[in-house]
Amino acid sequence: MGRKLLLANDKVEGIRYYDVYRREGGYRSVEKALKSLTPDEVTEEVKKSGLRGRGGAGFPAGMKWSFLAKPEGVPRYLVVNADESEPGTFKDRYLMEFIPHLLIEGMIVSSYALGSNNSYIYIRGEYWWIVDILEQAINEAKNNGWLGNNILGTGYNLEIHVQRGAGAYICGEETALLESLEGKRGNPRIKPPFPAVKGLWGCPTVVNNVETISAVVPIINEGGDEYAKIGVGKSTGTKLISACGNINKPGVYEIDMTISVEEFIYSDEYCGGIKNGKRLKACIPGGSSVPILPANLLLKTAKGEQRMMNYEGLAEGGFATGTMMGSGGFIVLDEDQCVVKHTYTLARFYRHESCGQCSPCREGTGWMEKLLLRLEKGEGKTSDIDLLWDIQRKIEGNTICPLGDAAAWPVAAAIRHFRDEFEWHVTNAAEAQTRNYGLAHYADALEVVA
Amino acid sequence: MSEQQLFKVTIDNITVEVPAGTTILQAARQVGGDVAPPAMCYYTPLEGSGGKCRTCLVEVSKGSEKDPRPMPKLVASCRTTVMDGMEVKNITSPRVKDARAGVVEFLLLNHPLDCPVCDQAGECHLQDLGYQHGSDGTRYEFKRRTFSKHNLGNYIQLHMTRCILCYRCVFTADQVTGKRVHGVLDRGDHAEIATYIEKSLDNDFIGNVIDVCPVGALTDKTFRFKNRVWFTKPVDAHCNCTKCSGKVTLWQRGNEVLRVTARKDEWGEIKKTDDGKTGWICNECRFERKNINDWIIEGPTKVSRQSVISANHYETIDKPQDTLVEVMGGRQPKMLMDIHAISDVNQPGVKLSELPGPATGKTFNKNNQQ
Repeated sequence: MGRKLLLANDKVEGIRYYDVYRREGGYRSVEKALKSLTPDEVTEEVKKSGLRGRGGAGFPAGMKWSFLAKPEGVPRYLVVNADESEPGTFKDRYLMEFIPHLLIEGMIVSSYALGSNNSYIYIRGEYWWIVDILEQAINEAKNNGWLGNNILGTGYNLEIHVQRGAGAYICGEETALLESLEGKRGNPRIKPPFPAVKGLWGCPTVVNNVETISAVVPIINEGGDEYAKIGVGKSTGTKLISACGNINKPGVYEIDMTISVEEFIYSDEYCGGIKNGKRLKACIPGGSSVPILPANLLLKTAKGEQRMMNYEGLAEGGFATGTMMGSGGFIVLDEDQCVVKHTYTLARFYRHESCGQCSPCREGTGWMEKLLLRLEKGEGKTSDIDLLWDIQRKIEGNTICPLGDAAAWPVAAAIRHFRDEFEWHVTNAAEAQTRNYGLAHYADALEVVA
Repeated sequence: MSEQQLFKVTIDNITVEVPAGTTILQAARQVGGDVAPPAMCYYTPLEGSGGKCRTCLVEVSKGSEKDPRPMPKLVASCRTTVMDGMEVKNITSPRVKDARAGVVEFLLLNHPLDCPVCDQAGECHLQDLGYQHGSDGTRYEFKRRTFSKHNLGNYIQLHMTRCILCYRCVFTADQVTGKRVHGVLDRGDHAEIATYIEKSLDNDFIGNVIDVCPVGALTDKTFRFKNRVWFTKPVDAHCNCTKCSGKVTLWQRGNEVLRVTARKDEWGEIKKTDDGKTGWICNECRFERKNINDWIIEGPTKVSRQSVISANHYETIDKPQDTLVEVMGGRQPKMLMDIHAISDVNQPGVKLSELPGPATGKTFNKNNQQ
């Protein structure tokens, strides 16, 4: 049984409300931070904890905080990125829906550390009911003196505002989010300058994921060093994984990053194995933009070791034989799933969500979608597969924001690992329309490269 | 700082010194020639433009003197400022060439390629780009995206099908006119430049969006289908305009003024006037003054670099100078014979203009002269 920090008391009746949350030990970190620590000491604790951004990129949060420019006479802002739109990721929704006060508490401590007097939650527009939950929680916190002017008599003021997005995936990119928050069209900005220097309304801003900010609460409660002891290597603390797909127990799980992928999929504590007794074919372990892996590479690395469920473990082998932790959207595909169709679905998503600002992403995503649809319908050519590879190669790294990469990686990985399935769609076009390629050899143990 | 700090930057092995804060693109333009990366969306007079088209991507092989690490990704040269000791690879980098060919292919993916009927043909930046950096064919086999044409007021027509979404016209309307009523709607490959609800663009300076458009998406309705640009003669002219500088380029056929545009430099960008004012021109100059008598002609416009309109008047043409001397290893060519001494014709002593009538064989007859 892994250690639980964020979801320790999520099953307590009424934890959504202030009274219960406070009774269960809530807002202790605010008392500790505001009364006994300076803002710099709070940042230092977060640095010591080794907490990495939980939004997908895995950038150390404490480092990000220390990059924040602090010019005189200019306000600083904390913006919480709750625009969780990655297909397969729904951990933030769980946090905000059931334990909204955890996020508020984390925000108070983080805002104190960063010196922000106005902090924002930019929430995905489709989460309309969670806005009400958050606003109720903010009101409760305010009525009990945790927000507003002169919090706990320390002279520190903070207001938290909730802003709804209007349904664009791109607004989860931090600079596009800031543009949208300013009331403009949600186009990513060209970096540099980074938000830490010029963010919201041209002021220094830190943008963090909901889970990152929530994790600040246990870090302050337990101390950064204690937090760093959980997990392995640079993957410290606990991570929320939202598991979905062909598994027996889909849902949000908190893991302490010491377990293996195999344990996560098959143990009853977590996913509980593949549904209907089928076999595992492939898995996207970190939300739709990270590379897909076939079963054999997912469970064992190319070196033949157990693949572990943490940042380094999943990235073992680079993109050639590994993948990424991403945002923790664990999507499992069983032997009945078609990788070509799956890739097409993702390509369609990225075509639809591209902001259209820079040309490789705007034009390339549409082209990939059309080619994949043709392949999926059995009308493709073998040369289309090479063309797809070339297109993704020309998108990746050449765009303003990471959406181009996010659109290119799933296609690249699918072709890299499942090329014969794509070819089968071309050579056996009629058959491909009536049945799936099945598991083929994707679960066979691989030859270990010494 | 009273004195401007100078940074040394090496682009394709050519070193230039530029003031701090200059972008890589501007530094490369100082070198000129092929070293300057193409730019489809960047426009110097427009603040915030650039970074979108990705044609100007370059490789930074050395970050700076202090931090010599190379940048991992290709960077947009129009929005990246130089550092002291930076080393940049443009045409010497295979990575850049490959990425740029990709960008050109992407830009042309949904472009209708209707150059034969497009008014921009001949001065189109996309034509130049495709010619210089593109491949000879396309690998795209699907239907191209199309839009219907829109009239944005009496003077401007928008043909969205040709648009490459450079955002220049949006920035122009924002910064020059102060009243923007058009922008980008939708997103991704179905994004379009549009007025919100079929509105006309009326503003004294809105005509400048035609000048900044790198392709034929925004065209001048007073010039549409009147003539091909390479048949028209550009001349510099000015008038006493109360709204703008009044300094323009007239595009004439005979004595007829077919089109009026702002003056552009060799990068296709609107030039500042000599007294340092911005060169944007007002709608009245652009659309109403089509009579030659409205203007004071200054002389032919010098068009240099790119585009077929410059075909007959290159400003910076490379003439074969001193090649004979070079071939002969530095020796001056020696006269072998003096043709006048031998031949009866072409005697320099005969003044043709002083003859009463046309010259005949007799005129050059030596005996006759003596």
